Amino acid sequence: MNLYEYQAKDLFKKYGIPVPEGKNYEDLSKIDWNKFPAVVKAQVLVGGRGKAGGIQFANSSKELMEKSSQVLGMTIKGLKVRSIYIEEKLEVGKEYYVSITLDRSARKPVIMATTEGGVEIEEVPDEKIKKFWVDPTVGYSNFIGRQMTFDLGLPDSEGKQFQDILAKMYKLYREYDAELVEINPLVITKDGKMVAGDAKVIIDSDSLFRHKDIPENAAERTELEEIAYKRGYSLVELDGNIGVIANGAGLTMATLDALTLHGGKPRNFLDLGGSDDVEKVVGAFELLKIAKPKGILVNIFGGVTHCDTVANGIVEAKKRVGIDVPIVVRLSGVNEDIGRQILKENGIEAYSDMMSAVEEIVKVVNKQ
Amino acid sequence: MSIYVDENTRIVVQGITGHQGSFNTLQMLKFGSKVVAGVTPGKGGTEVHGVKVFNTLADAMKMEPNATFISVPAPYVLDAAKEAIYNGIDLIYILTEKVPYQDTMEIVNLARKMGKTVVGPNGPGITSPFKSKIGIMPNQIFREGNVGVISRSGTLTYEIVDQLTRAGFGESTVVGLGGDPVTGLNFVDVLSKFKDDSQTEAIVMVGEIGGTAEEEAAEYIKKNIRKPVVAYITGRSAPKGKRMGHAGAIITRGKGTAESKIKALEEAGVKVADYPYQVPSLLKEVFK
Repeated sequence: MNLYEYQAKDLFKKYGIPVPEGKNYEDLSKIDWNKFPAVVKAQVLVGGRGKAGGIQFANSSKELMEKSSQVLGMTIKGLKVRSIYIEEKLEVGKEYYVSITLDRSARKPVIMATTEGGVEIEEVPDEKIKKFWVDPTVGYSNFIGRQMTFDLGLPDSEGKQFQDILAKMYKLYREYDAELVEINPLVITKDGKMVAGDAKVIIDSDSLFRHKDIPENAAERTELEEIAYKRGYSLVELDGNIGVIANGAGLTMATLDALTLHGGKPRNFLDLGGSDDVEKVVGAFELLKIAKPKGILVNIFGGVTHCDTVANGIVEAKKRVGIDVPIVVRLSGVNEDIGRQILKENGIEAYSDMMSAVEEIVKVVNKQ
Repeated sequence: MSIYVDENTRIVVQGITGHQGSFNTLQMLKFGSKVVAGVTPGKGGTEVHGVKVFNTLADAMKMEPNATFISVPAPYVLDAAKEAIYNGIDLIYILTEKVPYQDTMEIVNLARKMGKTVVGPNGPGITSPFKSKIGIMPNQIFREGNVGVISRSGTLTYEIVDQLTRAGFGESTVVGLGGDPVTGLNFVDVLSKFKDDSQTEAIVMVGEIGGTAEEEAAEYIKKNIRKPVVAYITGRSAPKGKRMGHAGAIITRGKGTAESKIKALEEAGVKVADYPYQVPSLLKEVFK
């Protein structure tokens, strides 16, 4: 889960990582800022807000109100700016970069730092980035910061500050189950102070049970995804017109891919998961009703989820949810014969193989 | 031969009295696995499907298990896995989903230092038909044979294994890596085992978007694997930055796309299927 900059900077403050003085506002009338020059920063969870006009500077209260009313409420890459973070403008001398993130292949956290900050890290040549892989069973120790200071060739005046910041970042990374803690730019002000210009923190959403102080950001989910999430479904909205219900994340993705390769456009990803419950199936149709597809493909390989359960769910859903678009079903695996029989008695033909079902739904929907 | 699990695998189930623990204990017993003990604190002295339950893993060690099936809620997985490591269990399979990845990271690094193997979390486990299975794969889809299967998914693996079996193939061992960003086994770990397994004559890889494990596998195959490999990769149509069900199935900062994986595998001489149902016919080609 991505944190907003102001949330991330609050965490930085809590850990003693230097940040510019700043305050978050959701309402123009509440603005009581009087330190200039100031920066107005749109709080959105996408990159590139600067280019989109989401970062503005102000030298007076009047200008601050102008800029604030510009930024608050604007739309950046489809996301509405619901709050602005106003902070003191730093006298930037140099810009570095430092982050801690997971290296999936190494199965270890990797610290990355470079003196070429202020740009996307992907644009920095690899040989300019210094890396250290931390063994999570040993943990962080101060020599790591020292070693990186020498590797980066930082002067003494910066080294001490860098080591202090890195140790605190690692503590935050571990204690808050972060996927990413990133400072870009790590600003060295003209008077030689190291300050976090920006702050990016992503928290592992599977760890939220032990971080009750972090509010869940629903902003990354669409309205329908949010409803699905609250009802315990894994749903991702897409922009096509064929509704998809399948079981297992891999099989669901494979279904979307097969549809796309056959010229169809999936409306969603919806994984029934490892359940065997008629109501779970009915609930999936309730969600698709909101999504308004032109047809629905149900693709089930029965294991833990039995085919007869899914068949009963489809029949129930047709009665209770009122689905009026064509439904194409593929059932294979545990109790497939019983499942197909149940559907047949209710006027639905079910396929046993995935390819035929995919071809059929694409044909039916594209004909409309 | 087969890899990771066989007739000598003696399984203890941590969390045996829970719904998943109890259900899968029965299924493993039906498959022919040796489930020798269960652990649930406070339920010691009872039985689940005829399997003795102990309060602690230390007590259960008198039944001489060498593998554990961990099915406890996510917040307790780290503790359960440490209990297994302390007691010298060789193979640690974790069924649980939504385990914080930093917990998994700790478990995996600890286990490696102790020379133990972690499978999962959030995967279907390992099956060597019909010697043993540890995990939740459906019993009825297998036939013993010479195809080794490695996959990051559950249901999609069953789908592909079922099609292999229906097409007349059989499996040596089927390994489910798990859908999380950090898992105990990656493709390369399992490929290196299949390489030396005399029963395995061809390998099927089922990958998906997220991470670079498939690209690393491609590199490894190019250098080390002389057995034919067929692959299928899901997530070609997935939007960037969205978790597609699995915590690990996400394209971040342009990394981990299906295109990059397919390209790397094809360059390594791997035949990549467009659809899961193409896998058996591609295998027939490589066996010619």
